[in-house]
Amino acid sequence: MQLIKPGIHINFIEKRKIAFTFSMLMILAGIVSLIIHQGPKYGIDFAGGTVIQIKLSTAATIGDIKSGLKSIGLEKSSVQSFGERNTNEFLIHTDITDTDENYSDTLQQALKSSTGTDVEIRRIEMVGPQVGKDLQEKALFAMFYALLFITIYISGRFELKWMLSGIMAAALMAAVYFFTLFKVSIPFLIGTALILSLVLFWFLELKYAMGAIVALIHDIIITVGIFSIFDKEFSLPIIAALLTIIGYSLNDTIIVFDRIRENMRKHNKLPLDTIINKSINETLSRTLLTSGTTIIVVLALFVLGGGIIHDFAFAMLVGVVIGTYSSIYVASPILLAWQNKEKK
Amino acid sequence: MKTLSWKHIIVLLITVAAVIHIMPTVNPALWPHKKINLGLDLQGGMHLALEVDTEKAVESTVERISQELRNSLKKEHIRYTGIDRVDGNKISVQIPEDSKQSFDQILGKEFKQLRLISTVPDSGQIHITMDLPDRETIQIKKLAADQALETIRNRIDQFGVNEPDIRRQGENRILIQLPGVKETKRAKDIIGKTAILEFKLLDDTHDVNAALKGNVPPGSQILYEIKVDPATSREIKVPYLLKKGTLLTGAYLTDARVQIDSQYNEPYVSIDFDKKGARLFERITEENVKKRLAIVLDNKVYSAPVIQEKISGGSARITGNFSPEEAHDLAIVLRAGALPAPVQVIEERTVGPSLGADSIRKGLMSMIVGGILVVAFMVLYYRLSGLIADVALFMNIILIAAGLAAFQATLTLPGIAGIILTIGMAVDANVLIFERIREEMAVGRSPRAAVDTGYQRATLTILDANVTTLIAALVLFQFGTGPVKGFAVTLSLGVISSLFTSLIVTRMIFDYLLLKRKTRTLSI
Repeated sequence: MQLIKPGIHINFIEKRKIAFTFSMLMILAGIVSLIIHQGPKYGIDFAGGTVIQIKLSTAATIGDIKSGLKSIGLEKSSVQSFGERNTNEFLIHTDITDTDENYSDTLQQALKSSTGTDVEIRRIEMVGPQVGKDLQEKALFAMFYALLFITIYISGRFELKWMLSGIMAAALMAAVYFFTLFKVSIPFLIGTALILSLVLFWFLELKYAMGAIVALIHDIIITVGIFSIFDKEFSLPIIAALLTIIGYSLNDTIIVFDRIRENMRKHNKLPLDTIINKSINETLSRTLLTSGTTIIVVLALFVLGGGIIHDFAFAMLVGVVIGTYSSIYVASPILLAWQNKEKK
Repeated sequence: MKTLSWKHIIVLLITVAAVIHIMPTVNPALWPHKKINLGLDLQGGMHLALEVDTEKAVESTVERISQELRNSLKKEHIRYTGIDRVDGNKISVQIPEDSKQSFDQILGKEFKQLRLISTVPDSGQIHITMDLPDRETIQIKKLAADQALETIRNRIDQFGVNEPDIRRQGENRILIQLPGVKETKRAKDIIGKTAILEFKLLDDTHDVNAALKGNVPPGSQILYEIKVDPATSREIKVPYLLKKGTLLTGAYLTDARVQIDSQYNEPYVSIDFDKKGARLFERITEENVKKRLAIVLDNKVYSAPVIQEKISGGSARITGNFSPEEAHDLAIVLRAGALPAPVQVIEERTVGPSLGADSIRKGLMSMIVGGILVVAFMVLYYRLSGLIADVALFMNIILIAAGLAAFQATLTLPGIAGIILTIGMAVDANVLIFERIREEMAVGRSPRAAVDTGYQRATLTILDANVTTLIAALVLFQFGTGPVKGFAVTLSLGVISSLFTSLIVTRMIFDYLLLKRKTRTLSI
């Protein structure tokens, strides 16, 4: 069986303007949504607070639960139903981070009397504000260092500029360390570091690294944007998903880049855009197959994995689709930008 | 006949080792007895992060030093108008100007550790402020955190939790993992109790009610006994006016046990003092017959019996309307000793066992469904070669499971997601190889040559692609905690084992088919 016939020729490069517009629109939509929602919606892992998952023996309304919470002074909590329908499971979010030893008993009693049914407390997660801040910092640094190490590897592998990229990475790490001493806000810090790396890539002509990292940032911004549009919460597992998306998207990009390098050696007379097009077409069936199998399993997880893993699977699903798209339409056209730069 | 190359031997060894490592998970009685650890999110249990209030430890040290200073001054008959702990950890002393010299002598002789901050003369008086040097406070804080960890470990050991994980994090945080704990409230109670036991006399020369109105006599304090009305199950707070001075503390305890009162059939905790404690207790009871002695734990009064006669022998009892569990837990915290500083729960994640079981079931379900779909798809798309890739996939999962058991890593729900993701991505390497082989066959090469070139060409690409995923996974492992770390572990294991299966194992099968069976055509 074959999805893509050999010798297929789709002109991807020609449509890069359309893709560029599409990407810009997606990124803009995400940013607008982030502005409207006043930044990413942090879950308790990052914002601090308490989440309680409860299961009732028989059906009850959210109103019943809320009145029970009100009786013990938790009227500011939000309540939402959770998981599949008819399982009578609910999630309660509160800002309160003081769960003393009687907390769960008091809660159980109050809910039992307001809903008139047995209440099982299935999960309590409480994160204090300081821990939340620590986790936020760690998560951002993780993203940053993952990007950094990956770029070193790419520039080293594809352009044999290990030294150059190593020195650059060391300088960036030093800069990040230096700035943390001044207590600059971490997102700002990492944003600056990323922009700085892009500028450096441009001047040092590390074009493959540039292509890959632009695609990665593109993927992350769009995934974060979609999360914001759907008003989903960022938690630790979502950061794990984003990092995996980084790995996955890069996987795709590298395979296309590998082919481009190979084809450049083979047909050194051909113009770059033809080579890029040829390479994307040659790897197209692999790209679609792997994305296909990955989407199949992630979809299985999304549908069958249950409530706790649901948002994680959603992030992966978005990430795999965007990652596949970006390796074709974002990473490779960046290489072309160099040719145009050199011509001038 | 060369049938066994080093490659065959390695693959065989790895397969056998993997199977051996998986067996204990199925039947724990089997060697090497290393089951796959399930994370708290899968088996239920409790994760706590505590912060030790080390500042408080410094404060209580300073408090103790000021008490000693007071005693020394009394002994040397030096008058003072005030010795107080101010701003948390400073000692402020007021003495008449003419005692300055003898005060300095005592300071130089017995309190060398104190650092002088300021000496201000003020109409015949001298105000002296002192504190502990930074090196000293750092040491106290460190010690407090160490001791807290040790005490908590002791308490949990006595409470009885299978495979608890208790460790320091940073300077003053303690991470506690209690798998399978169902009575989370009790566990938290035991871990979090400071358990400072004090014996104090009742101030019977003043009126409690007057004191409650804000007229607390100097040197006394109000503490409460908390009772639960059995009929209405409402809390009643009974106030006591106590003398501030502590006569005896739990530091002299050697043992604490639960006993049953034969008269009321109620549990109580009997405590034993060491020699010095027993002597102290004997003297206290002797000097205060017919007075009430309050037993105070963490500033709550437990009981305040009237001393009937001198008690020798060094044992006392703590009564209160205990349930057997409460008495048992109280005995544990008393035996394990007091925390050097209060602790605060700053992170708590509790998962009930039924939710954990649900998560496993749903995780396995999505794994099976996703797996079957991928396996079917590969066979449909690549025919026999797809089947070979499926063998690799199957082996991949076994290797991940074996890896989890062998390294005693923890399988979490995101970890299962990691395995599922690996199933999706593991076929990638084989897809890359197969697409190359197809390309080579399309230009007319023989199956053998096509397979050779296919593997050769794809190998570097596969390595590149996997190294980057591995980098992301390692960074995740570095920063992640709990479930996220579990995800990073399975993802890393998945990447490594998929490299092995796709590059070596499938190659072996192809070689076997093409060389030994002399297959002329390749179903791909």
